[in-house]
Amino acid sequence: MENTKTYNRRSFLKSSALAGGGMLLSFSWFSEAKAAEKVAQLSFPEQWSELTAYIKITPDNVIKILVPNPEFGQNVMTSLPMMVAEELDCDWKNVVVEMGTHDNVKYGPQFTGGSNSVRMYWKPLRNAGAAARQMLIEAAAQTWGVPTSEITTKAGILSHSSGKSARYGEMAAKAATIAVPKDVKLKAPKDFSIVRNSKKNTEGVKVVTGKPLFGMDYRVDGMLIAMIQHPPAFGMKLKSFDATEAKKMSGIKDIFSFKLYDDGFEQGGFDTRAFNEMIAVVGNSTWEVMNARKKLNIQWEAAGDVKDTMNGRGGKREITVPGRLETTSRQFEMMAEYAKKPATQLRKDGDPESAFKNATQIIERTYNAPFLAHNTMEPMNFFAHVQDDKALVAGPLQAPGWMEPTLAKLLNLPADKIEIQMTRMGGGFGRRAYGSYVYEAARISQKLKAPVKLIYTREDDMTYGIYRPMYTATYRAALDANKNLIGFHVTGGGIPENPVHANRFPAGAVDNYLADGWEIPSNITIGAFRAPRSNFNAAAEQSFLDEVAEAMGKDPIAFRLDLLKRAKENPVGKNNDYDASRYIGVLELLKEKSGWGKPENAGKKRGVAAYFCHASYAGHVVDMVMRDGQPYVESVTSAVDCGVVVNPDAARNMVQGAVVDGIGQSFYGALTHKDGAAEQNNFHNYRMIRHNEAPQKIDVHFVENDIDPTGLGEPPFPPVFGAVANALFKTTGKRYYNQPFMSEQPKS
Amino acid sequence: MAKYSLKINGKTQQIDVDPSTPILWVLRDHLNLPGTKFGCGMAMCGACTVHLDGNAVRSCSLPVSAVGKSSITTIEGLSAKADHPVQKAWLEHDVAQCGYCQSGQIMSASALLKSNPNPTDEEIDAYMSGNICRCGTYLRIKEAIKTAAKK
Repeated sequence: MENTKTYNRRSFLKSSALAGGGMLLSFSWFSEAKAAEKVAQLSFPEQWSELTAYIKITPDNVIKILVPNPEFGQNVMTSLPMMVAEELDCDWKNVVVEMGTHDNVKYGPQFTGGSNSVRMYWKPLRNAGAAARQMLIEAAAQTWGVPTSEITTKAGILSHSSGKSARYGEMAAKAATIAVPKDVKLKAPKDFSIVRNSKKNTEGVKVVTGKPLFGMDYRVDGMLIAMIQHPPAFGMKLKSFDATEAKKMSGIKDIFSFKLYDDGFEQGGFDTRAFNEMIAVVGNSTWEVMNARKKLNIQWEAAGDVKDTMNGRGGKREITVPGRLETTSRQFEMMAEYAKKPATQLRKDGDPESAFKNATQIIERTYNAPFLAHNTMEPMNFFAHVQDDKALVAGPLQAPGWMEPTLAKLLNLPADKIEIQMTRMGGGFGRRAYGSYVYEAARISQKLKAPVKLIYTREDDMTYGIYRPMYTATYRAALDANKNLIGFHVTGGGIPENPVHANRFPAGAVDNYLADGWEIPSNITIGAFRAPRSNFNAAAEQSFLDEVAEAMGKDPIAFRLDLLKRAKENPVGKNNDYDASRYIGVLELLKEKSGWGKPENAGKKRGVAAYFCHASYAGHVVDMVMRDGQPYVESVTSAVDCGVVVNPDAARNMVQGAVVDGIGQSFYGALTHKDGAAEQNNFHNYRMIRHNEAPQKIDVHFVENDIDPTGLGEPPFPPVFGAVANALFKTTGKRYYNQPFMSEQPKS
Repeated sequence: MAKYSLKINGKTQQIDVDPSTPILWVLRDHLNLPGTKFGCGMAMCGACTVHLDGNAVRSCSLPVSAVGKSSITTIEGLSAKADHPVQKAWLEHDVAQCGYCQSGQIMSASALLKSNPNPTDEEIDAYMSGNICRCGTYLRIKEAIKTAAKK
């Protein structure tokens, strides 16, 4: 923590940020009380020169780079500092990395999700590095009495033609007093020496030695452990409870019910919560709390329809959350019923009605997918210490800035009295963009006026999640007598969200195109899940295109390339939200690297799919075999266009992980309900892909270009589903329309 | 409550807990050794794997009363300086994404190599299938185990 003795740091930073145009460029000495471990080992002096919000340098030439965004496995603790170090032109060996504080004024949005971290920070972080480098040059110029134009830098050394040279550390103190340059020149991609060169995970050693990195590991003296008992089913609520027995259990401090939001509370877009009133069990240790919770005697009752006030995305509005106790078979029936009703038109090009009327052949297929639970390996948890005049909360959270205003309202504290510390997250996948567990921890601490860590068990985590919605879509293709594709129609719906991306491929590639959608309101809470709509759409659309190609007698890659060529050269309609050239590039790279259509691969059972989402393009060829009577993905070839690849080996890791996750989710993933209650509650009945089910080989290839980088968290994931479905057809001779592919699904 | 004397990472530690308390929570809550992770609480995910006399066990399902004189090794005690061959191989292959499951993966892998210094792919698959990784780092885990086996 920084020393805040002399001024209110937050307000100081705020004023500096205005001058810096979004990037904070402050220049001041800070006393560093808690240096990173590596720094401690090297016995550096305690003083750091802060050259920008992101860079601190010691006289001994240690360069600390602060990371704005929380880490959940996408490698931002390495890739973001690489971007700073590149423009700073320092030696990566001298860099230590530390998670920044939560300060949206200083660091910008600090949001991890939507494949946005590298994309969002590509310019600000390079600007910060370049500005600091310029300040160091200026300091050297003043010290040596030479013009700045005569000073060069290389790997953290400043040099002048006279033979003078200095390490950055020697000039850092002076540089920190120099005015920050407003306009800095950034390197051309051809000059990159750190970016595009694989660097090891900066937290790798901490991970393999079990250091306390995660929210679950957070502890302070006197901290209590809390757990929540929530209603057993969506649509139920607390009626009454008796905690007499539970309170007698050893180590128990308190048991009480609490309301998360007061009546009429205006929920922001990420304030989603399944239940508003719950029981908190608080005690000295986790095992004691777990045991006491079992002794609670609780009566639940039907909640009925509930009115909520929303004031996030979509503006302020009242909504009614239906009280229906949902059962999966009925959910599928309802989706089939809704699918027959008139839907909301989302996009129309040409005259699709006539195209279908005049068609010689119509192909129509319906695809279904269940809810999915995130199952991050680290269950939800959060630390909170709420006091009368301030609060500290700490733990795994993707978007602390979205939770801060709600915390301020719930705790009746000004936002600048709430400190949010961001720990490393044991996975996120979208789940930790929704902070109701943070609010729960804060409510409990508020009531007890004590430091509390709230822990979800796996059962809690799985049974009141923020799930990937349940979706369905029906695709129709119209072919003329010459087997040309003359019309395309997608109608999609879901509980409670419609999945259709109306402006994505193949929109723009077909003259007569129609997209429409519908939604069924539900009390089952849903949210982001590694591109929830895209991962469903990619499965459905990419299998459908495979089937259409087959009907047309075309090779599936050639068919996609024909459509994309049309979209590139003579696009249909407006607002096509993909770049056909980059899509083509990925498919061509995939074709080349997989040896698609080559005689040596003729015997392989292969499926292909490509998809665009979250600003990147990705495709896979999946090679499947039958093993012990079950389909098994043996190897995968992947091609991705995400622009400049900042940290190539880590990027490959991300793509490989997305492939494994995609195979697992499409094969096995399902969260079903009976009378509102989740039917899966732990890994014995929610099947996750395991070591023996992962492919032997995943070859990852990137399109090489100098386009500004985009993310990898989501984009490689959706097309896995489609490629797997298409490989299943080649392997089994059967088309798979219902996820999860490896279990029976209710008929649509 | 009952008093236990446990040999953990070469050190004898005294604790006073309920006999049913799983070793996982003894380590995490009572001995401040949080490297061993809570994932499922029912021995289905392997995040809590530790060594009991050198064998991999799921500490979430091992009550303290069952440990007796056996010695426990956790990720914190696997090596003094992150230099166990398995840890080094994990770093060499840059295995981790979120990293939460990796201490359990490493404890399983090191126990595997102790009992079977040169495992085949199938043996790695079979042994490691009790450890879930939602990030999907299985391929790198396998490569890292093969690298460690060579050392």
